[in-house]
Amino acid sequence: MATVVEDRAEDRQSPLSDAVVVRFAGDSGDGMQLTGGQFTLSTALAGNDLATFPDFPAEIRAPQGTLFGVSAFQINFGSSEITTAGDAPDVLVAMNPAALKTNVGVLKLGGLIIADEGEFNDRNLAKAKYDANPLEDGSLAKWQLLKLNISQATMDAVKPFGLGNKEALRCKNMWTLGLALWMFDRDRQPLIEWLKAKFAKDPNLAEANIAALNAGHAYGETAELAGPLKQHHVAPAPAEPGLYRTLTGAEGIALGLVAGAQLARLPMFFGGYPITPASAILHHLSRLKEYDVTTFQAEDEIAAICSAIGASYAGSLGVTSSSGPGIALKGEAMGLAIMTELPLVIVNSQRGGPSTGLPTKTEQSDLYQAVYGRNGDAPMPVIAARSPGDAFECAIEACRIAVQYMTPVMLLTDGYIANAAEPWKVPDLTAYEAFPVEFLTQVPEGGFKPYGRDEKLARPWVKPGTPDLLHRIGGIEKEIDTGHINYAPENHQAMTDIRKAKIDGVKVPDQIVELGAEGGKLAIVGWGSTYGPIHQAVRRKRAEGKDVSQIHLRHIWPLPANLGELLKSYDKVIVPEMNTGQLKTVLRDQYLVDAKPLNKVSGQPFRIAEIEAAIEEALQ
Amino acid sequence: MNEMTTIARTTTLKDWETDQEVRWCPGCGDYAILKAVQRTLPEIGAVPESTVFISGIGCSSRFPYYVESYGFHTIHGRAPAFATGLKLANPELDVWIVTGDGDGLSIGGNHTMHLIRRNLDCQIMLFNNEIYGLTKGQYSPTSRVGTNSPSTPFGSVDRPAQPCAFALGAGARFVARGFDVSKELPNVLKAAHAHKGAAFIEIFQNCIVYNKDVFQDFAAPKGAEDRQLWLQNGEPMLFAKGAKGIALDQEALTLKVVDVVDGDWQAAGVIVHDVTNRSVAHMLVEMRFGEFPMALGVLYDDPRPTFEADVWRQNRAAAEGKKADLQSLLKKGQTWTVSEGGPDL
Repeated sequence: MATVVEDRAEDRQSPLSDAVVVRFAGDSGDGMQLTGGQFTLSTALAGNDLATFPDFPAEIRAPQGTLFGVSAFQINFGSSEITTAGDAPDVLVAMNPAALKTNVGVLKLGGLIIADEGEFNDRNLAKAKYDANPLEDGSLAKWQLLKLNISQATMDAVKPFGLGNKEALRCKNMWTLGLALWMFDRDRQPLIEWLKAKFAKDPNLAEANIAALNAGHAYGETAELAGPLKQHHVAPAPAEPGLYRTLTGAEGIALGLVAGAQLARLPMFFGGYPITPASAILHHLSRLKEYDVTTFQAEDEIAAICSAIGASYAGSLGVTSSSGPGIALKGEAMGLAIMTELPLVIVNSQRGGPSTGLPTKTEQSDLYQAVYGRNGDAPMPVIAARSPGDAFECAIEACRIAVQYMTPVMLLTDGYIANAAEPWKVPDLTAYEAFPVEFLTQVPEGGFKPYGRDEKLARPWVKPGTPDLLHRIGGIEKEIDTGHINYAPENHQAMTDIRKAKIDGVKVPDQIVELGAEGGKLAIVGWGSTYGPIHQAVRRKRAEGKDVSQIHLRHIWPLPANLGELLKSYDKVIVPEMNTGQLKTVLRDQYLVDAKPLNKVSGQPFRIAEIEAAIEEALQ
Repeated sequence: MNEMTTIARTTTLKDWETDQEVRWCPGCGDYAILKAVQRTLPEIGAVPESTVFISGIGCSSRFPYYVESYGFHTIHGRAPAFATGLKLANPELDVWIVTGDGDGLSIGGNHTMHLIRRNLDCQIMLFNNEIYGLTKGQYSPTSRVGTNSPSTPFGSVDRPAQPCAFALGAGARFVARGFDVSKELPNVLKAAHAHKGAAFIEIFQNCIVYNKDVFQDFAAPKGAEDRQLWLQNGEPMLFAKGAKGIALDQEALTLKVVDVVDGDWQAAGVIVHDVTNRSVAHMLVEMRFGEFPMALGVLYDDPRPTFEADVWRQNRAAAEGKKADLQSLLKKGQTWTVSEGGPDL
């Protein structure tokens, strides 16, 4: 095998420190997400803290070798706390010319490129719009280049198994993974077990994949390679003692919803319709029948939410989930849930918009939609998760507010959180306070009022099937107490005021300062998945002695009662968001604070450096 | 007896009336349908607290406010979706959907189709008045070609949908027809209720303001026997006091009207109605009024397992033998332990 390693000593000065960012990029058919996912697991097992960022095309199988068909998976792992998938990768694995072209630009200066030169033929170079072979023309001189004929090596490794050409080449990702596992001193055994289980029905294919994996690993181990390809051992990150697993945001939401329903002592009904990137929640829940979960794949987004409201009406905890375009379709039904004051949890896994937008890319641009996006005065609590683990907590919180206040609740997550994985300390469920629902089952003293209210302004929840409490509900304005149709001007004024007061009165914990002090020169205020880069940027700047604090909101609506005063205690407030300034507008509106926007809508998460630069500029 | 959890009790028409003022136009066909339903409910032994009326939007959709049971007046076209969630959450409830030609076939056509396809156990009463009443008289998806309305001042151009053909095409296992003032309507409703699964009932309803007497051609009492074919399972398809019948044109493979001489319907080849014959049902729903009488009553009735029963069966089977231990679910998959001083590797 022709192997050329361009050994440039000046680039090799501590290329890998306590944290390493590796990006696997290939054709969408090359199994890059799988490679990344397995590398993630082995990394977590090695005790490193980590964060991942899958970055894949919207097309299921985009034409092979094209620039828009490139699928990438980035992982940041290390021995100190990791909260983002990292900025610039240290290592780029490029399975073809298109993958190299679309990803090399972000590679750290002096970083390592591992390229499958077997794929750098004229046809693939043309598809990637390369005039000359970048592996040969010196254009990659800024980086370290390792050319390997991975395709050929894989073919050789799996030869004994008699696979067809196409099938044999599919094992390329395992060869690459084997090499990566060696590079970072990872154990192959969990992966071998996993392959055996995955291909249990075809042991030959399992063995072929294992052979490819071992061959890649052996290559790293035995090849007489100087330079970049040396084994790196990244020390485990210190972590709080306890039992850990990896968790994606979609898993966090699904498990949190199950926990929330259990704490409410209710069966859960989940009505969904497939949409990227929200479908994974439906997939997870559909397997959990023994937890009193019924899932229903409806005919459309509207039917999904309507069925969930129907189930809530029957006395289940109704849940629906979608992404922006689907949430738009659910708008009218949300209004009905507000009007009929039934509990409901609506999960929005945000993606780039408007319209179909960027289905597989992340954005935070549905905040206006969540807070304001309905006809009429239709207030609804909104909660935003910051990470996969936080999604678990937020889902429980959404369930609690929904049943205690008899209201729909919007839970915001995004494509980044949904797909990203992080190590998660398995929580002890006995530590969570239950909030059992008490249905009204008999006529209370003073008579039954379908729209009577408790001290939280919540109306009673009565299951159809309950004798003596027959009543009718609907979307037409309700009469105070009785719930009968009532169009009277004073009644509508009063009911609108009550609906607003109920949501305004939702008890929300006071806002804390994540990093830094209450009051000072600068606060960076974020929400959702920007937590990671903001946290790292503020931490680094504080380490440099800068007066900057981090505030991160979970409760978007209603906002924490102390937030206005807190924001006013800083000279400057910057709100980084993956939109054009939506939370910034809400904060200005609510508190008349001069919040400044820092916006990014490229479909990619913030880089730490971008936020650091904004901090620098503000403190000048 | 004291072990019985549900006590069967008898109700009367009065028990099914609410204290709410009925707000339909004077003379509206909806009044007659409401009375027919309130008359039927005691006869089928319905229990008010276990009965739920669900509607969408439109004149017909005000119906739940007037029935003393549980009721949910939802949003335009979506009643079937609410009913699906309700019934999946509690299959014990007796669910009636009230919809119209606009609500059920235009804005909500998709949900109607899928409810029928899935075979959710409920009664779907589609009030067909061939017009939009609540929005003041625009033509509807069942309006005849040439209907003059505020939105079609030169007459409507598009061809109407046929509700029963639509239902059958969607996979309905029960299809019936009746009309507002018909004395037979309670019997049709009873048959629909007795059917386990989605029972689709098209009820012709006279909109006295915007489409008055549009069904008079067959619904008028005078000469009704010549224009109405009331289908009875196991009985020959006869009308015009037995002087005419429906037979199969064996060459054209269509239905045809035949004369019956001296009551010998067999000699005339008149078909005996078999409610489980799907092929004949397809021909009955396609029978064009004028050339044929209007086919009324139960056109098709052949039950199959219901959606909610199948879902519950699968849920139970999937849960069988598994313990709902969330704490152990959280620990599922590959885990590792970090003890004081770092991870155990």
